[in-house]
Amino acid sequence: MLVWQILIDGFAVGALYALGATGFTLIFGVSGVLNLSHGAIMVASAVAAWAVTSLLHGGPYVAALAGIAIGMALSFLTYFLAVRPIQGSRQIAEAEKEIFILTATLLFGIIIQEAIAYQFTNNAKTVLPIIDGVVTVLGVRTPTNEYFTAATCWVAIGLLWLLVNRTRRGKAVLAASMNPRGVTLLGFELSSIYLAVWGVYGFLTGTAGVLLGMFLGVSSYSVGPLTASAFSIVVLGGLGSVSGSLVAAYVVGYLETATAYLISPEYRTIPSLLLLVVVMYLRPHGLFGRR
Amino acid sequence: MACSEDGEAVRSFVSSRLFWLIAAILVVASVLPLWVSGYVLGLLTVAYYTAVFAMSWDLLFGFAGEVNFGPTFLIGLGAYAAGILDSRFSPGLSIWWCILGGAACAVIGGFVLALPALRVSGPYFGLTTLVAVLMLQNFVVVFADLTGGEIGLSVPDVITVDPKLNYLFAFSFMLVAGGILFGLSRSAVGLILQASGQDAVQAAALGFNVTKHKLFAFTVSAFFSGLAGALMVFYMGTASVGTFIDVAIAVQIIIAAVLGGRRTVLGAAIGATFLIVMGEALRPLGELATLVVSVVALLVILLFPNGFLGMLGGARG
Repeated sequence: MLVWQILIDGFAVGALYALGATGFTLIFGVSGVLNLSHGAIMVASAVAAWAVTSLLHGGPYVAALAGIAIGMALSFLTYFLAVRPIQGSRQIAEAEKEIFILTATLLFGIIIQEAIAYQFTNNAKTVLPIIDGVVTVLGVRTPTNEYFTAATCWVAIGLLWLLVNRTRRGKAVLAASMNPRGVTLLGFELSSIYLAVWGVYGFLTGTAGVLLGMFLGVSSYSVGPLTASAFSIVVLGGLGSVSGSLVAAYVVGYLETATAYLISPEYRTIPSLLLLVVVMYLRPHGLFGRR
Repeated sequence: MACSEDGEAVRSFVSSRLFWLIAAILVVASVLPLWVSGYVLGLLTVAYYTAVFAMSWDLLFGFAGEVNFGPTFLIGLGAYAAGILDSRFSPGLSIWWCILGGAACAVIGGFVLALPALRVSGPYFGLTTLVAVLMLQNFVVVFADLTGGEIGLSVPDVITVDPKLNYLFAFSFMLVAGGILFGLSRSAVGLILQASGQDAVQAAALGFNVTKHKLFAFTVSAFFSGLAGALMVFYMGTASVGTFIDVAIAVQIIIAAVLGGRRTVLGAAIGATFLIVMGEALRPLGELATLVVSVVALLVILLFPNGFLGMLGGARG
């Protein structure tokens, strides 16, 4: 009974982590940027969806769309305000751009977080689920929306896979992650590729944020932990490896769920942190890292 | 890096102008207790300890080139070790031994953290240090009997209750720590660290033991972080996750160092004081204060990437 409970809940948590981390690793793979405003964008999307239903009395679908739109808008803002000026700056040495982008995106995330806290307070918010009701599968009563969450995550990840592997633009993105200069030589505008990637990132992160808001609820306090968990999943899987991130998301999702049910919710994150330390020690570049 | 004669001349000019500026600030700061209220002194006391945190971070990042997300791991170790020693053995053990014990713990912790951390670089190093902070935070919450958990640990003793003495003590501590860290950064060791931060392979090819030097930087950084953390516990009288370990504190330290100007050590102290004072000055804005500080910090980083000291010395980097 408990085993099934852990398997089902862990599956949904893992799917959500996978969706959140996929966007994060996509941005890193293509443009080498670790976006530390990640958690803030997720929370902003969830809060936007919450605001549409509770303050403007919109339906759950409108709310979800609004959340995703906010996710995309903030993703573009992060790119234009915090990432692009640094990438193009002549005052900052190439070797130091990484720390500058980390600091700037971190600051941008704090700005988003504080703006949310100011406008909507720090209280936890739960987005109205799209599908109501509870189903019993294998003797475990689970909200139907939990299955919907897992399914949506996998559909979104599947769409991303199709986009990258089966379309012309997607292949250009893939090529840009391997060799940016080569792609430019073939006549692709690198900046438009980056723009497209940030758009896709915003879509994925916004979706993940809205689903998270339905599943667990969010508050502006969840910003830091969300960024940290996306960061650790992506590093655990190996930076830039999407399949690695998916595996790592499930490892972390199941470890956390099992710990929460079998030991205590208080210790939820400890085993995955220990695992991360061990992996960093034995395989410094993650489970599936390529550099 | 400007290596020409011209560059040297500019730099020595800046450092001489800087020298007078710093001398003036120091004179004002040391006579400040004569005029201002205990409230302002208390604020500056915290700012000076934060300045030591930021300077220690700058030695590791600015010179060794490692993005350390975990300064609060070292600070927290020092603070909690000193606090726990004092609360367990209070009258028997003088607080100075507790403070030394805290600093020693931070050095040991820094050493333990450095061994796996120096095997990796870039984002992987950053994450290892971040994980260390999260682990310590979990440890404090889980072992609440020993550490006071989420409520915090209150220590029976303090350095002194007089705000003026506390202020002068923190001020002189910052001067000594800053002097040592600055001197170190200008010494041969600092140059080797800088070289290994910019091109580790080439530095090693020149015959320098990169790992040994980075380990040394880690240890020095850990010592001063832990010492400052331990001293701050006995200023505040309590240790809590929110004041010593939380990732938000780490973020503040990193922003302070980048804002003041990386690779300058002194800039980190200026940045830290600026952040603390500005956060307090904006308190009437309520919850908007952090927002405004973050916007200002982001603008400075985008427009003046060399920080306050960089602005002072013109746009040369």
